[in-house]
Amino acid sequence: MFKRENLPAEASIFAVFIGIAVLFEILGWFVVGKSFLGNVQRLEIIILQVSIFGIIAVGVTQVIITSGIDLSGGAVLALSAMVAASFAQSVDAFAPIFPQFLGLPIIIPIAIGLGVGAACGWINGSITAYTGIPPFIATLGMLVTARAVAVIYTEGQPVYSLSESFTAIGSGAWPVLVFFVVAVIFHLLLKHTVYGKHTYAIGSNEKAARVAGINVRRHKIMVYTIAGSLSGLAGVVMCARATIAQSGMGTMYELDAISAVVIGGTSLFGGRGRISGTVIGVCILGVITSGFTFLRIDFYYQEIVKGMIIVGAVMLDQRRQAQQRLRA
Amino acid sequence: MNNQDDIILRTENLTKRYGGVHALEDANFTLKKGEHVAIVGDNGAGKSTFVRQITGVEQPSSGDIFFEGKRVEFNSPLEAREAGIESVFQDLALCNDLDVPSNLFLGREELLFKFGPFSILDEKKMMKKAKEVLERTAIKIPNLSNHVGDMSGGQRQCVAISRSASFASKLIIMDEPTAALGVQETTQVENIIRGLKEQGVPLILISHNLRQVFNLVDKIWVFRRGRIVGEVIASETDGNEIVSMITGMQGGVHEKASYI
Repeated sequence: MFKRENLPAEASIFAVFIGIAVLFEILGWFVVGKSFLGNVQRLEIIILQVSIFGIIAVGVTQVIITSGIDLSGGAVLALSAMVAASFAQSVDAFAPIFPQFLGLPIIIPIAIGLGVGAACGWINGSITAYTGIPPFIATLGMLVTARAVAVIYTEGQPVYSLSESFTAIGSGAWPVLVFFVVAVIFHLLLKHTVYGKHTYAIGSNEKAARVAGINVRRHKIMVYTIAGSLSGLAGVVMCARATIAQSGMGTMYELDAISAVVIGGTSLFGGRGRISGTVIGVCILGVITSGFTFLRIDFYYQEIVKGMIIVGAVMLDQRRQAQQRLRA
Repeated sequence: MNNQDDIILRTENLTKRYGGVHALEDANFTLKKGEHVAIVGDNGAGKSTFVRQITGVEQPSSGDIFFEGKRVEFNSPLEAREAGIESVFQDLALCNDLDVPSNLFLGREELLFKFGPFSILDEKKMMKKAKEVLERTAIKIPNLSNHVGDMSGGQRQCVAISRSASFASKLIIMDEPTAALGVQETTQVENIIRGLKEQGVPLILISHNLRQVFNLVDKIWVFRRGRIVGEVIASETDGNEIVSMITGMQGGVHEKASYI
């Protein structure tokens, strides 16, 4: 027989994921007379859609494990995309941003995109670690600021005429591959390295971590910088896929990312959570979005359901925490 | 004076004031190598203040601390710890969401492969060592991979103490290590303390439980209203004398007073 405690922590989240998919399949036959899962193209679209904010969610997971929060993902994505794209224009670009930097090897815009994201994350982390300003406020400031800088950077103009070699990294299954590789790398880092152990320790009991000799400030800055870099990477992939960068890209992605993390079982209280759970959380959000569209239900109803799921997931988490306090 | 080489910790006129409040005044304290001592006193007598000065949690207003013969100034608990002074606080230093080996080795993990922060942990080695350490303490923890937060108070306290005891520390300070524990768990913690005595690790025990103090230590230091009012050999005194020193009143207490 199956024993509940022998199953991995992700099993229940995965069951929810399967349940939702099956629900849409059944509703599909009744409401629109079509199969939901039987459409390979739809499944492909789902996974492509979720990959971008999934990359952000991998970073946000780590931040939330330290009992922090990162609200700036979507805005940092936009800023990184704008700056990266401005260095990725093709030689025959019309009205280029930097006429002297056309047709650069793609490694340069990729590195610049990651660098811009890392810089934003470093600022988030430094403010959080050194000033005592709650990460909620620090990253909220970054959300507003980064979005504004993204607009100012080109005076509101989108960046297009991106080189073919650059847009190739957003084509086909590339975004999914990037998401997958990023998720696997950070899953392993969290599980098997000192970085991961200290990330959990700080979220679990920051005072104990400090007493144990962990440089908590430096570690927090590193975690936020990694989260920023991943938002930057998401920006690079997204503008490559769209073959254009706009300052309004990725709006609300930070909330989708946080939702996926919370649905995936990472505790907002810090100390526990896994990338594997986040990946399933990302897929759940993708299926819900796609399923509602498939059932031709209005976009705003999707948002209502998403909102309820997030609150429900946090309520479950709180109940778990309360039970643990009772036992201790 | 004692032979200097025998002394592991000494304080000279150690004083701590919080504004106008004299929490600790002119404390002259010595601890010999391998010695187990208790610090007793009423609430507000300055016991915890004293410990906070020698563990770097706070910095003294005046006076000096000598550790292993050298004058030291600890600006943080970490510096004290690096010097070899380990403290066990009640429920302070454990990460509830980590398992036993992770807690034991927090901040000094065993590594398979060194690469800065991304060094790979040697989980097998840490688990094996954790088992050895806990075996010595004779504490029963069925599954070391469980989160410490899911364990009983005694098990948690034993993990905390084992951590201090297992890292070749030069001095261990325990502040009320059994205050929140049941009978059986208290016995286990006391056994660990006896083990430390056999190993020759010096210990400062702060406890309100005089019976425990008499059972465990060589010497008792009595604090009253911020001052050290006595140092007595445990085998040459009794509960009455200690209580008189703690309260500052002659005549002792009823022989069945629950304090003893």
